[in-house]
Formats: sequence, C-alpha cells, structure tokens
Amino acid sequence: MLDAPSHFPALPCKPGVGYKPQHFAEIMENADPVGWLEIHAENYMGMGGRPLAQLRHLTEKFPISVHGVGLSIGGEAPLDPEHLARLKHLVSWLNPTVFSEHLAWSTHDGSYFNDLLPLPYTKATLTRVADHIDQLQNTIGRQMMLENPSSYLAFAESTWSEPDFLREVANRSGCGLLLDVNNVFVSATNLEYDPRDYIAEYPLDKVGEIHLGGHDEDEDDHGKPLLIDSHGAAIVDPVWALLDHTLELSGPRPILIEWDTDVPEWPVLANEAQRAATALTKVPAA
Amino acid sequence: MTISQTVFRAAMMDAAIDVPEGLLDGQGNPAGRRFSVYRNNVAVSLTESLETGFPVIAKLLGDANFKPIAGIYLRQSPPQAPVMMHYGADFPNFLRTFEPIKHLAYLGDVAEIELALRRAYHAADATPIAPDALAQIAPERLPAVTFTFAPAMEIVPSQWPIYDLWAYNMIEGAPKPQAIAQDVIVLRAEFDPEPHPLPPGGAAFLTAMIQGATLGDAAERATEIAEDFDLGALLGLLLSNAAITKITYEEQQ
Repeated sequence: MLDAPSHFPALPCKPGVGYKPQHFAEIMENADPVGWLEIHAENYMGMGGRPLAQLRHLTEKFPISVHGVGLSIGGEAPLDPEHLARLKHLVSWLNPTVFSEHLAWSTHDGSYFNDLLPLPYTKATLTRVADHIDQLQNTIGRQMMLENPSSYLAFAESTWSEPDFLREVANRSGCGLLLDVNNVFVSATNLEYDPRDYIAEYPLDKVGEIHLGGHDEDEDDHGKPLLIDSHGAAIVDPVWALLDHTLELSGPRPILIEWDTDVPEWPVLANEAQRAATALTKVPAA
Repeated sequence: MTISQTVFRAAMMDAAIDVPEGLLDGQGNPAGRRFSVYRNNVAVSLTESLETGFPVIAKLLGDANFKPIAGIYLRQSPPQAPVMMHYGADFPNFLRTFEPIKHLAYLGDVAEIELALRRAYHAADATPIAPDALAQIAPERLPAVTFTFAPAMEIVPSQWPIYDLWAYNMIEGAPKPQAIAQDVIVLRAEFDPEPHPLPPGGAAFLTAMIQGATLGDAAERATEIAEDFDLGALLGLLLSNAAITKITYEEQQ
C-alpha cells in the first residue's frame, strides 16, 4: 500500500480534453470551457523538441492529467523496469495533478502490441494487478487511477464481475478509479447487459475522473451489434444519457473528452466539452 | 481453463491459429470473430504508425504494397517498448533484405532519413552558438577549433539520390531525382527537422568533426574526396540551422 496521505490532489470538476498538438495555439488563446488537459504519457518520453516545449507551456496554464497507455499492468510478466523509470521521470519533472492507467495488458515476452488487451477476472489476476499498481505507486510516489476497459468478449474462467474486481483492486492497492462511461456502454452492448446495472455496482466513491469518447459500430458472427472503442468519432446520445445517469449517482466529477483518431478541428472538440459542462451544471454539487 | 497471454498473443498475431477456447460472447457462446477486434486493432494501429513514421516509403511502395509489407514487418518486429516514437528502428534493414523488394535498393536509405527526422524531432534541446561566433575567431586560429553539435543533427550517407527521392515525394514542385549519390544531413533549426543534401566531401567532414577532429583536419579529409569542397557553404548551413552548440579552441603551447 502506498505510504502517502489519504488526501490526493484532484482535477477540477470541469470538462477536460485529450491534448493534441494541432490545437496548441487555440488552447493557449482560449480553451473555454475546458479546464484541464490529459496527455498520453508515452508521447512525452522523448528528450526534447516541440512535444516537451508545448507541455512546459501547457502545464503553466492548466492542470494536467497524465494517462499511461503502455505499462501493461495486467501483464503476466513483471512490469518493465525501464518503462517504470520513464514514467517516474515524466511524473517527477511535470508534477501532473493526476496519473492514470488501464486494466489491461499490452506487452508480452518483450513485444508491445499498442492495444489494450483483456484480462480474466480471477484471483490470480487480482493479486497480480494489485501488486503491479502497488509497485507503480511506490515508483512514482503517488496514487494512480485505474480505468475500466472496453470488452468485446468475456473469459469463461472469470470469477469476479468487473466492478467488483475493480473495487477489490482499489481496496488492496489504494488506487483510485477512472470510469470510462463509453467503455461501459460498449462493453454492456457487446456482452448484453444493462449499463446502468454496471454503474450501480461500480464503486463511484473511488472515481476521480470520467472518460467519454466515440466508438465504431460493427457486428459479430450472429449479426449482433459489436461496438469498438475507437476514440475517433463524436460521443453518441446514449452515452451522454449514461453520463447524466452516472453523475446523478456520483455527483460532479472531472470529465474528459477523448478523441484520438481522425481528430477534429478545435471547435468540434470544444463543443463536446461544452456538452459535458452542461451535463455537470445539471448535477448538484457534492 | 486458463488462457495464458502466450496463447492469446499467438492467436492474435496469426489469424491461421484458432481463437482460444474459453472466450465467450454475452450468451456464453464462443467469441468467434469478436476476437478479430484485437487482431485488427494491433495490425491496424502498428501499420498506421509505420505509415505515419515512413510517409515517403508508403508513397514509394504505394498503398497496395505498403500495407502487406508493413503487416509482415510488424509480425516479425513488433515494438520492443511502449514508446511508439521509436518504432521501426530496424525497418530500413527489413526493406533492404525483404526479397520481393530487394531490387528497390534505395528504400532502406530513404527510410533512414525518415527515422533520422523522427529522432531529431524528439532529440534533446541545445543552445546554438551565435551566428557570428566563428567570425569572431582570428582566421589563423580557425583550423585548430573543434565543434560540439546539437543532438538533433543526423547524417545519412547513401549511394542513391535519397534527398531527391525524399523531396520529390514530400515537397510540391521538387524536381525528379537525378541519378547521383547523395548524403543527407538532418538539421533542426527550432522544432521542425529538415533534411538537406550534403555536397561531396560533406559527410566525411562532418563525420571527422563529430569524432573530435579539428576544423583543419576535417576540411582536409573532405578535400581528399572532393577537391572543390566548399567549407564556407557547409558552415553556413550548420550555423543557420542551430547545429553547432559549442566551439572549442585549444590554446597553442
């Protein structure tokens, strides 16, 4: 368990956006209604140049959330010590407001797959994930938040529900949780359950950040809908409705708009952020 | 039954291998093509990162060739670390040795330019010397100076017209490649690295300087290769692109 005070710094309960370099000038000029920014840790692991120069400017103006996409917390092998060192370096110099990572694996046997791969929810996985989070938190000297995945299939061997599994990981490791509402919608559609049941079961008191993003629509062998988390489109209405429902139960939370592929012009992204800001105004302050 | 990540990975990277048993849809039936989401995500995302990292190679090969070639490469050489800015370091060698395109012998060197541009983009920042710093040194002392170069500077030697090939595919209106050998230097004036063709002798001069030779010795090395080596022009290029970060002059005994 992390040796640190129980009160952790928090993002403001406003909309944030996933930062893209092409929006730098507009964000520095007027980011309204965006109140904070999220970066992918692995894109800022170079030695210098424009990415780090922009980040130094941004961090003077905005709270920054560092979102790791490559640590492979669910990997069977020990965490990569070199990658832990890179994360430690970034977190030390940038001193972001929060750090988050995924409930997934992405590296095996020295190869990195650039995708978030699924885990069975078993006792063995639970122990491994909690140990890895403990190791990361001790390395970077702060709490992290763990994000729920998008699921396309389930493991027959799973003995825990995903919300229960995440609660137990958080209890054991002392980590917080990042709730991706689009991922809940995608998984619920793909695995045929009610996303509201998932939200009802989720330990919302541990949620320090909400993610929203777009997904693609496909179908499986039986012609059933198969949604794919793409971060490459506008957020659909049922996901906005699920956000409203979640906020009613959780109270206000920082909400991130994620748009990573086919990234639109700034006004389109700012408009999505405005919609999140509107959703937040409907929620009484906690 | 436990599905190990070794088993999952094998089926993910090779569609000829059956989807592991014990993966289900929402009704408890075998997951079937749902597993293909992972197969696609990995192949598409790695192919796209190669396409972004090697835009000239993608153009030279054309979409119909680049995608399957990238598909073979990414299975044979997946990233070895989760830092995608470094992915493809051995892509030039793959292009040189992959039998069906071996006859396009220049591809590997063109890919080296694209790798050098990417490394330069992320290279450490360094403060260049003042543009007139060399002019401040007494002419008789110049042959004894040594330079320190910016981390973003890269040299790409080649027997092929690699600068022309790069420019023809990246700069509108650039002339058709000539049938000559071209060495290339990548320089980053501020944040955007650019390749420049080096004159004959230029690469030899710079290689010597990088290894710590004095300006006089390095220039001599260059004139052995090209009698008309224009030292002034090359120094001008270096100075106007923030390539020299330090001049060292050893006091004569």
